[in-house]
Amino acid sequence: MSTRQEVPGAMLEGSDLSYSVKGATLLSGVSLAIQPGENLGVVGPNGSGKSTLLKLLAGIQRPSQGEVRLGGKRLSALSRRDIARQVAVVEQHAQTGDSISLLQAVELGRTPWLSALAPWGDEDDRIVAQAIADVSLQHLAHRAWHTLSGGEQQRGHIARALAQRPQVLLLDEPTNHLDIQQQLSILRLVQDLPVTTVVALHDLNQALGCDRLAVMDGGRLVALGSPFDVLSPALLDEVFGVRGHWLVDPFDGARVLRLRAPESQASA
Amino acid sequence: MTSVSMPRSSVVRIFGHGAWAIALLALAVLAGVAIGETSISLPVIVQVLANKLWAAGFPLDPIDEGIVWNYRLTRAIVAATCGAGLAVSGVVLQSLLRNPLADPYLLGISAGASTGAVLVAIIGIGAGTISLSTGAFAGAIAAFALVALLARSSRGQTAAGQIILAGIAGSQLFNALTSFLITKSANAEQARGIMFWLLGNLSGVRWSSVALSVPVVVLGLLVCLWHRRALDAFTFGSDSAASLGIPVRRVQAVLILTAALMTAVMVSIVGSIGFVGLVIPHAVRLMAGVRHARLLPLSALIGALFMIAADVLSRTLIKGQVLPIGVITALVGAPVFAMILVRGNRPR
Repeated sequence: MSTRQEVPGAMLEGSDLSYSVKGATLLSGVSLAIQPGENLGVVGPNGSGKSTLLKLLAGIQRPSQGEVRLGGKRLSALSRRDIARQVAVVEQHAQTGDSISLLQAVELGRTPWLSALAPWGDEDDRIVAQAIADVSLQHLAHRAWHTLSGGEQQRGHIARALAQRPQVLLLDEPTNHLDIQQQLSILRLVQDLPVTTVVALHDLNQALGCDRLAVMDGGRLVALGSPFDVLSPALLDEVFGVRGHWLVDPFDGARVLRLRAPESQASA
Repeated sequence: MTSVSMPRSSVVRIFGHGAWAIALLALAVLAGVAIGETSISLPVIVQVLANKLWAAGFPLDPIDEGIVWNYRLTRAIVAATCGAGLAVSGVVLQSLLRNPLADPYLLGISAGASTGAVLVAIIGIGAGTISLSTGAFAGAIAAFALVALLARSSRGQTAAGQIILAGIAGSQLFNALTSFLITKSANAEQARGIMFWLLGNLSGVRWSSVALSVPVVVLGLLVCLWHRRALDAFTFGSDSAASLGIPVRRVQAVLILTAALMTAVMVSIVGSIGFVGLVIPHAVRLMAGVRHARLLPLSALIGALFMIAADVLSRTLIKGQVLPIGVITALVGAPVFAMILVRGNRPR
């Protein structure tokens, strides 16, 4: 069952990942390889293991079983600092009580690159300014963090992650709690970033913009492939418990998912 | 862009700031030595220092010399180190545990120290061979060990939550033990003496205390400063720190142990002086921001100055009576803190 073949050229790769805590299994036997430059979406119901998978891929948690490889090297053999120079994480709604400015928050992204021998320099200033420009927040750089809107804070987190200059960016439901305009603009931003991204999402129609989708259910990876192949009516019924079929938008010919609650509860 | 945030690591500037800080501290210590029930003039103080440090041989009243060298100077220096140590411990614990109410005594240290002190002073453990300070230090370390063990083996959601809950449990246990011992064995006089000790008492301070507290605080501050960027990285919590490349468990262990040792040494020398470790960090954050490269040294400086001032007040406020310094730190500090909160708590 444990398929251990290495995928050549994979950027970030998990093989046979399992994670359990206090006797509860949150993830079991997940194998997937993320290709350089791709935008992988992770979808699934609440509690299906999306966040856990991202934490294992980021090395924030160690898998109980299996291993993660980053550029071919075992994550457990790399230092936290080495990982942070290649993989950045945008958490779900990370907050602080400290009164810091947006600029200071983004500057934290340079942490893995700084040391006693490599102090803060002009290059760091340049990278931070670029990261803030990448998320279009130049005009708010000196604003206090807690005065920013939810969408602006989420952009700030993305800028902080970009300032790490990562090759892979992991985002855990970055559009949670945001209004629809912010959701769409954050998603557009993420999909246009010139780095490899893995993004956990709730809205299936929003997930259609990803290159590939990984569908999680009960801690297992149940499907992996292009969004239009993966999100079949049968899978939507089985994993999400909803009826779904494809429609074509007459406005631009795009395919969209129409989702409905099942008519009878006894649709087992 | 005039960035005030991350200070450029210019050696010149760091030494410049350091020189200012040390000059300010020296002035405060001199003031602490000069002011008292019998005030001593600055020239006399300088002559005493010259006599002691360079054997200058000024003819001086030996009583004045004794007061300056053996009592007031040691007292002022220990007050300064104690204020600095408690403030730095407070900064570190508040930042690591992401809890604004964290203070150096959260880890059960003052409760354990009081139990240790009571065991020595009232129950008579060691039969006179163990000093109150040694007993207090042993008690503080025992309590911290218990809290650390409890935090490690508990199954909380987050490391910070585990430590805070374990600290509360440990503190309650040792406070109860102290109360039990006092009510069971102490007479009124002993109970009063212990209460004074618990509220902070600098009168027993001698040069041996200076020789202990100065290196401990300097080393502790250096360890914390070495981890300044790691402490910054905890701004958005420990998972965020991990994703920024911080080995979270190791950094937490090193820094909490450092804070605990600093606090235990201070408590064993002067008793548990409240308020400084809780409030100075907040006050400095409001004035100087949250970056630890500035926050740590400034907290140490302000904590030291504050404690010297509190000691002077405690000796001079009521004629012929020395108030417990903990009473002063709270009486003066609480309103000042309230003022800072009201006036300074707006986005910079």
